[in-house]
Amino acid sequence: MRQKRWYDYLWIWSILYFALGFFNILFAWLGMIDFLLPLGIAIFGGNKWFCNNFCGRGQLFSLLGNQCHCSRQKPAPRWIASKWFRYGFLAFFLTMFGSMTYQTWRVFGGASSLRQVVKLFWTFRVPWIWAYTAGSAPDWVAQFSFGFYSLMLTSTLIGLIVMVLYRPRTWCSFCPMGSMTQLICKGKASGAEPPAA
Amino acid sequence: MASKRYASPDRERCVSCGACVRECPRTAIQIWRGCWAVIDRELCVGCGRCAKACPADCIALREREATE
Repeated sequence: MRQKRWYDYLWIWSILYFALGFFNILFAWLGMIDFLLPLGIAIFGGNKWFCNNFCGRGQLFSLLGNQCHCSRQKPAPRWIASKWFRYGFLAFFLTMFGSMTYQTWRVFGGASSLRQVVKLFWTFRVPWIWAYTAGSAPDWVAQFSFGFYSLMLTSTLIGLIVMVLYRPRTWCSFCPMGSMTQLICKGKASGAEPPAA
Repeated sequence: MASKRYASPDRERCVSCGACVRECPRTAIQIWRGCWAVIDRELCVGCGRCAKACPADCIALREREATE
């Protein structure tokens, strides 16, 4: 087995992120690192180093699923890793991200007021008022925090559900960031000679 | 002597997450340019740990040809 490296402990970051956001929603902005870093690595490095080594969420699912035996370890249905579902889910996720950004824009422009709720599974509004003191940041900054935290929490919950039902890292097979970075990498690698199978 | 079997990922289905790379006891797997998993057949012992870890269930264990 290979030696543990510092980035093998990034699963702690995954837990810490939600803990910080529970007490102060503004920490949700830190999640942008998980959004921009994989894209940056794919665009400039042409690889999925983030998914392969840095993704704290993937590590957390591995840890809970394998070491803590919280996974049934069954293969997921074939359609979950099919191209149409992966790209469909990516499109859905980007649409929801766009809608969240639009909501932030409306709050910025004064067309809408700040809603201190975390929306789970894009449906259920969970009051989250303890995590923010009105006026401690511009309203749009807080609105984005609530929206982004909702997105992160929802996707982690989906990941946990499929981790239990199927294999620990089933989330990775349709993770929007994974699909997006793989598309970028495939684009960058086009023309290069792949090694023999 | 080489093992009887070796792991063979389906490039069309692979999501290049790297779960297999972490599992491999022989460091025989690499993710080629973020596109898909590539197995070094010389190193692979056909243990199947990668196939069990793969979230896309895209790694098959194949029998080696007699000439290999």
